[in-house]
Amino acid sequence: MREVYYKDIVSKVKLLCQEANYDLGQDVMMAFEQAARTESSDIGREVLNQLIDNAAIASENRVPMCQDTGVSVFIVKLGQECHITGGSLYEAINEGVRKGYEEGYLRYSIVDNPLTRKNTGDNTPSVIHVEIVGGDQLEIQMTAKGGGAENMSALKMLTPSDGVEGVKKFILNTVKQAGPNACPPLVVGIGIGGNFESCAYLAKKSLFKPVGERHSNPEIAKLEEELIQSINALGIGPQGLGGSTTTLDVKIEVAPCHIAALPVAVNLNCHASRHKHAVL
Amino acid sequence: MVQKKISVPFNDEGTIKSLQAGDQVLLSGTIFTARDAAHRRMVEQLEKGEKLPVDLTNQVIYYVGPTPARPGDVIGSAGPTTSSRMDKYTPCLLEKGLKGMIGKGYRSQVVIDAIVKNDAVYFAAIGGSGALLAKRIKSVELVAYEDLGTEAIRKLEIEDFPCTVINAPEGRDWYKESQAAFRKCKE
Ligand code: SF4
Repeated sequence: MREVYYKDIVSKVKLLCQEANYDLGQDVMMAFEQAARTESSDIGREVLNQLIDNAAIASENRVPMCQDTGVSVFIVKLGQECHITGGSLYEAINEGVRKGYEEGYLRYSIVDNPLTRKNTGDNTPSVIHVEIVGGDQLEIQMTAKGGGAENMSALKMLTPSDGVEGVKKFILNTVKQAGPNACPPLVVGIGIGGNFESCAYLAKKSLFKPVGERHSNPEIAKLEEELIQSINALGIGPQGLGGSTTTLDVKIEVAPCHIAALPVAVNLNCHASRHKHAVL
Repeated sequence: MVQKKISVPFNDEGTIKSLQAGDQVLLSGTIFTARDAAHRRMVEQLEKGEKLPVDLTNQVIYYVGPTPARPGDVIGSAGPTTSSRMDKYTPCLLEKGLKGMIGKGYRSQVVIDAIVKNDAVYFAAIGGSGALLAKRIKSVELVAYEDLGTEAIRKLEIEDFPCTVINAPEGRDWYKESQAAFRKCKE
């Protein structure tokens, strides 16, 4: 049994929260630069260049690239040979978020109750998904997920006769409805299959993968590429001001499902696609 | 790209009339911040017949909830939030003399009609560029609703703050027009 200490998880999580908000990933930066070369609208190119400048200022001055520093969402892969000592895993993660947000001058964006809505004052609780895996390592993936794109996300329980055409139609409609509200250019995360709750998780999980990486199954990869084309044909463009870059990437995750079901979840991510990753 | 320099608040009546959907502008002057909770509270105060903590006549509201400033900085990251969440409250504030709004994303038809009726203007700033936009903010002063934290009303002094005109009194909608121009599929 390998031991991992509570305090090490706290300091690692703190760092992940800050880096996610200050330092745009290389994958997203490359997608911006590529889009700035191919974008057909003048305003669209201007927007993309402003986003590139913004990322540089954020990283240099250690200020968040976006004021919505989001809900901190974690996917944790806990090896079954790994033992956490000194406190609970969940508490360690929340303590890391608390420290990361307070000491990093990040915004507190969580309310304690969806109806009475009092700010919790430290950006906790975070959303934590734990998967038990083989081995003795603790892998932590973190994203700061903003409200604008999350609010425009959607899930629909399609049925088998809707087929892949029905799936595509639902995805395109969701992106169309979101328009500028979700801060395009987007990263579109899609879950197909599973059941009601696991489908939404698939979509979220897909957003943790690097922008620009295709699915390992060639058929899914082809569907991703097709969707990139048809989403970009919508004309929404950077910030919805018209253009050929509405999405930077489309990510699909699939899972087996019931004979009567075809669930589809679309989890939109804005261009501030902030995901960081560490192994303890 | 031509960027028109505009000064705010809109004390000069001609300024708004000169704006058209799609104009790229640089705003300078003073504006107020307010988002969900501050809007809700302002409208509740008006419903109770109370006076607002700020006189909105000719003013511009920026939908933003900034991050805390680092020591020595004026403000943290400060980009626009989604405007449609304020739609419910907006017509009422336009009736009280509000002339401009800065945010991101679509407005409802009710708000667009109220913009036309009240000779007002809706600007979009680039969502997710809060680090860059913060550089165009020169001073910050807390004005009201301090208990709302990031959602409190603050007065900002801005200089060359970049925006696009989405809806102006002429009634056009720049999101609709500009997207249609680049659409390569059937509606
Ligand atoms: S949608 Fe993303 S980029 Fe836009 S304001 Fe929210 S977090 Fe920032």
